[in-house]
Amino acid sequence: MKNDPMKTITNPAEAMLSFHALRDDTMLIRLAGEWKIFGQYPPVDEVQKHLRSGIRKITFDTKDLTAWDSSLMTFLIKTNTLCIQGNIEIQREGLPQGVQKLLSLASPEHQRKGITRKSGKKTFLEGVADTTFDFVRTSKEMFAFLGESSIAFGKLLCGKANFRRTDLMNIIQESGAQALPIVSLISTLVGLIFAFVGALQLKLFGAQIYVADIVGIAMVRVMGAVMTGIVMAGRTGASFAAQIGTMQVNEEVDALKTLGISPMEFLVLPRMLALALMMPLLCLYSDLMGIIGGMIVGVFMLDLNFMEYYNQTKSAIALTHLWVGLFHSAVFGVLIALAGCLKGMQCGRSASAVGTATTSAVVTSIVSIIISTAIITLVCEVLGI
Amino acid sequence: MTMNEKRENTGEKAKIVVRDLDMGYGSYVLMRNMNFTVNREDIFIIMGGSGCGKSTLLKVLIGLLEPLRGQVLYDGANFWEGDPQQKDLIMRRFGILYQSSALWSSMTLAENVALPLEQYTNLSKNQIRELVTLKLALVGLAGFEEFYPSEISGGMRKRAGLARAMALDPDILFFDEPSAGLDPVSARLLDDLIIELRDSLGATVVVVTHELQSIFAIGNNSVFLDPDTKTIIASGDPKRLLAESKDPKVMSFLTRGEKTEQGVES
Repeated sequence: MKNDPMKTITNPAEAMLSFHALRDDTMLIRLAGEWKIFGQYPPVDEVQKHLRSGIRKITFDTKDLTAWDSSLMTFLIKTNTLCIQGNIEIQREGLPQGVQKLLSLASPEHQRKGITRKSGKKTFLEGVADTTFDFVRTSKEMFAFLGESSIAFGKLLCGKANFRRTDLMNIIQESGAQALPIVSLISTLVGLIFAFVGALQLKLFGAQIYVADIVGIAMVRVMGAVMTGIVMAGRTGASFAAQIGTMQVNEEVDALKTLGISPMEFLVLPRMLALALMMPLLCLYSDLMGIIGGMIVGVFMLDLNFMEYYNQTKSAIALTHLWVGLFHSAVFGVLIALAGCLKGMQCGRSASAVGTATTSAVVTSIVSIIISTAIITLVCEVLGI
Repeated sequence: MTMNEKRENTGEKAKIVVRDLDMGYGSYVLMRNMNFTVNREDIFIIMGGSGCGKSTLLKVLIGLLEPLRGQVLYDGANFWEGDPQQKDLIMRRFGILYQSSALWSSMTLAENVALPLEQYTNLSKNQIRELVTLKLALVGLAGFEEFYPSEISGGMRKRAGLARAMALDPDILFFDEPSAGLDPVSARLLDDLIIELRDSLGATVVVVTHELQSIFAIGNNSVFLDPDTKTIIASGDPKRLLAESKDPKVMSFLTRGEKTEQGVES
């Protein structure tokens, strides 16, 4: 029996691997030292290098193996694969008991058959197809959602809608009164900015007093509603999506359905109602704060008289402007509530899906606010309002 | 030979020692004066009724909740009162399976198992991929590498959680209610897997559970927490407790309320 070491590989963590030819057709692999994932261990290529064509059998010697973990397991699994490819018999008797047990646990007999999924990038065409199907699916879901919410609204008008009053009141408080500080801040600053920008130009003609007109009309007709809409999209729309999304994750929505309670009536309707009611009020408040912002610039920087500014604003704003502004805000309220609730209801069943739903709700709300503003402005223009 | 044999040969038998431990939240004391020892390669059961503080004790043991008083020693090293760096090193030797599996939902199973390896080893991407495949195969999930946690069943999520817990070849495995929410066959398979892994990896296992079948099938040592007296009222091999315990609470628990003390039907 030959027993010449063919080669020994040693590395700093002292995981050692050596090959010995026992007979012409048998190779002994000697494993020694510490095989640990935190250290260095020899690559399986070494085995491949030593697999001569005549070898039909591999045995192991682990007398000097002091410690091992998964690093040894992966080494052996790959050696096993190499042997299967080369039609070489592998004898596991020389391996530690634990290793043998784990190898059999990880063997294909213990796995479910036929499960594969390839990672990696999709081709361009697959991407296009997926996006198209997604678009069709989400469009269908959106229309179904709109239909269902209309039915729920119809039931509300008939007095048959099934939701809790306390829920409605809580949502009204959250999306109405509690939004006042942030709406105040944003609207005042927007009023200030308008007045500054307008003043720079109007000063050239000595027509500073018309700052009151610019700020008044802009805020009341459109900007008050748009700014409130954007604040509410980020604040309340996102919270609706996160609330309903988390309820999906926790199967709370399923629990409602199985009780025969429509989530559209119980969850979506009160939110839509609350926001459609609160948005015009917040918009009115935002108009006032914007005008006060403009007035601060007018009085303190342009040396206009307080009463002068007030009278100029009063004469500039017509009741039509106010109605157009309030109409904007009611539309925004419904849009934000719909986007938030829709994304919440479409939410998948995981933490990351809630995040995606929330982001998507905010983006959808803001985009629909801008688009609907453009449409309403155009229609008003055509109708001469 | 197991992977921890070297440590065994040089070290003592005791793996975890808990001394005079009080735990609770703020000024509220949940359990006081706890003393017990978990030996190497034990499957140690923490048992007791719902709300008795089993999971809180687990939190103290794994470093998520500081005890109010007392010591936890791992291989003789003081876990809570020692150097924070040492605490981190000890924690790296833990593998923890949470009650809800706690897989990261935005990552595939492969990424879930790979994260601890990427964080704490210098292995190449290829080596990490091989280890991930091995760990998932060990729990019977080969082929599920590219699945997301939301796409597999609860039992599979438990097993994937176990694969992640084993990622760094820990020498102590903690299980929080491993069989909760599993069917009897899956629960039994998980029990078998725990024993198999303990035997082959040589790990010490701490299990929080109130599943009687699991307790008797896998446990060789235990403590019983009693919320009324706020202390450990029984400890030792669960099978021996069933045969010998005189405590009505322990008997009632271990016999599903059939006996309040040995030999007396209630």
